[in-house]
Amino acid sequence: MSGDIAVRVENISKLYRIGAKLDPRTLRETLTDLVFLRQRKKDDRDLWALSEVSFDVRRGEATGIVGQNGAGKSTLLKILSRITEPTSGRIEVRGRVSSLLEVGTGFHPELTGRENIALNGAILGMTRAEIRQRFDEIVAFAEVERFIDTPVKYYSSGMYMRLAFAVAAHLEPEILVVDEVLAVGDAAFQAKCLRKMDDVASHGRTVIFVSHNMPAVKALCQTAVLLRAGRIVDRGDSNGVVTRYLQQSAGPIDRTETERMIADVPPHPAFRLLSIRLLQHGEDTRNVLNGDPVDVEITFDVFKNTIGLHVFFRLLDVEETVIFESILDSDAESAPSVQQGRWTATARIPANFLASRPYQLRFYAAIVDRHLILDPIRLSFDVQQSGLVNRAFPGYESPGKIAPLLHWTNVRAELVGYSEERERA
Amino acid sequence: MGSDPELFVITPSPAWRPIDLREVWRYRELLYFFVWRDVKVRYKQTVLGISWAVIQPLFAMIVFAFFFGRVAKLPSDGIPYPLFVYAGLLPWTFFANAVTNGGQSMVGNAHLITKVYFPRILVPISSVATGVVDFFFALLMLVPLMIWQHRVPSPEAIIGIPLTFGIAYLLSFGISAWLSALVVRFRDIRHVVPFAVQIWMFATPIVYPLSLVPAKWRSLVALNPMVPIVDGFRGSLFGSPLNTSGLIYATVMAVVLIATGSMYFRSIERVFADVM
Repeated sequence: MSGDIAVRVENISKLYRIGAKLDPRTLRETLTDLVFLRQRKKDDRDLWALSEVSFDVRRGEATGIVGQNGAGKSTLLKILSRITEPTSGRIEVRGRVSSLLEVGTGFHPELTGRENIALNGAILGMTRAEIRQRFDEIVAFAEVERFIDTPVKYYSSGMYMRLAFAVAAHLEPEILVVDEVLAVGDAAFQAKCLRKMDDVASHGRTVIFVSHNMPAVKALCQTAVLLRAGRIVDRGDSNGVVTRYLQQSAGPIDRTETERMIADVPPHPAFRLLSIRLLQHGEDTRNVLNGDPVDVEITFDVFKNTIGLHVFFRLLDVEETVIFESILDSDAESAPSVQQGRWTATARIPANFLASRPYQLRFYAAIVDRHLILDPIRLSFDVQQSGLVNRAFPGYESPGKIAPLLHWTNVRAELVGYSEERERA
Repeated sequence: MGSDPELFVITPSPAWRPIDLREVWRYRELLYFFVWRDVKVRYKQTVLGISWAVIQPLFAMIVFAFFFGRVAKLPSDGIPYPLFVYAGLLPWTFFANAVTNGGQSMVGNAHLITKVYFPRILVPISSVATGVVDFFFALLMLVPLMIWQHRVPSPEAIIGIPLTFGIAYLLSFGISAWLSALVVRFRDIRHVVPFAVQIWMFATPIVYPLSLVPAKWRSLVALNPMVPIVDGFRGSLFGSPLNTSGLIYATVMAVVLIATGSMYFRSIERVFADVM
């Protein structure tokens, strides 16, 4: 292994037995199998989450790992972080590794900010001396000085996230493995995290960064690896990889593909998704006029009364930036109980709201925080200009991701001390 | 970067391998933090705080002293019955809590195990170690009880208490290593543990003296490694000689359980994150 390679991944494969993952076996099953000498059949539920993945990361280089959900990114990250073992293959790592699969791992709500910094630091691999040394910096970065001796269960979610990220940001590993940590918090906080990440990357540290945030991957990483169905399909300079990835994934998803995705949703005892349609003037369409409202219609069966069922969707642009999320009954005062029956939920996107550009919708369903649709259902559509926004300038492309018609007021008052004489002079 | 950083290799590991003690030593600070967290959290969440460590054996003592001492009039080798029961409950409560909590510990820390790497064996180790704090406070309570009953501990206790407690500690860790891994694999085990511990308690001379056990049952009772521990702990406090062969047997049992338990733990460890 040459001196300037920090991480060398060689032919890594990982097999999951789906059954084993979903239900830890009960003693009874194992005993009956033993008694009747039954052999569990090695069946079609085997899933190769990764197959024969190889790549190198040079010292001081930041590499992005991109791909759709289920492409094997998280599995790769878990293997790199030693949370799970590969089924075959070998990874050589040179240097101290810290991995951040989430921020605030091990935070305990009953402990104070001060105590959680110590605990979380230790869990992330800092020594007590390092924690003591960086304590003040961490507190300052998190902006929680006043509440440092308050149990974190009383923190706002913003404070909690800031503190959690602050600890992680003050790790000083030679190799940093990061997953989607930036997908949380408000925009200002995300920007701060990105700056800190950039700082880490530009200080000669090796970074492996898994993210759906394509602009962030482009900005932070010099190289990228694209995974699809557990295999590397593209690698090289991050700009090129991201561009090719976006071209593929943002390609319009036709009706049959959406239907196939709906059919692939794993069965659930309480919920079944039947159809998703985009309706304008009562007609199923993928080509929307922005001058008229458009209805997002979701039809689903609920087999038993369910508390906390959320059906929701997100609107994304082609760069996979989420523009907004909308949840059925999101204005309810408490978790609504959805009764048994066949439901048709319709969300109306108002007229004069979308810009004339392609969009993608992603559909999700969850009971409380447990997702029922593991891979969100996708639906692409295009928008044509027909609305009131900028109609005086035909052909002008509004630069925003949306083009809402806002309520403007424009009040006229007489100019004081301004006369036509002065204008002439 | 002048110095060449150390090389680390990730490969599939063999199914059977011993615990990497060097690695555990490198992670000793995390072990300390796990114990510190569990002690802090437990005593923060309750109104009575640290006194729970004392209340649990104390209330058991009161209940047992009434039913078994007063009502059933069980003998107690000439020691005042409440003191007799409390002295027996001290090592037992430690053992029972250690085994119950230790068995749950891997499942209880699933959120950590699926998010960050550390030697997994730290989880049952720290879980058992947390119980030492409780044991210590419960042991302090023995002082006012002895004064109340006008008893002075015998000098043998200076050796007997640490020795029997040490063996109890090793034994609980061996069992915890087994149980914590078994519970990950077979979730129904966790419903069995509290029940088994209850039965085990009455199979151990805590509310009754060992002398009450009929001679023909003695050899069967001797199989229970908690018998010489509880009996030795209490005996040394009140001046009876230690049952050396029994304690050696218990130690051997503890060592065997630790060795096999940690091997089993390691074999399951590879798939912990995938099953959780």
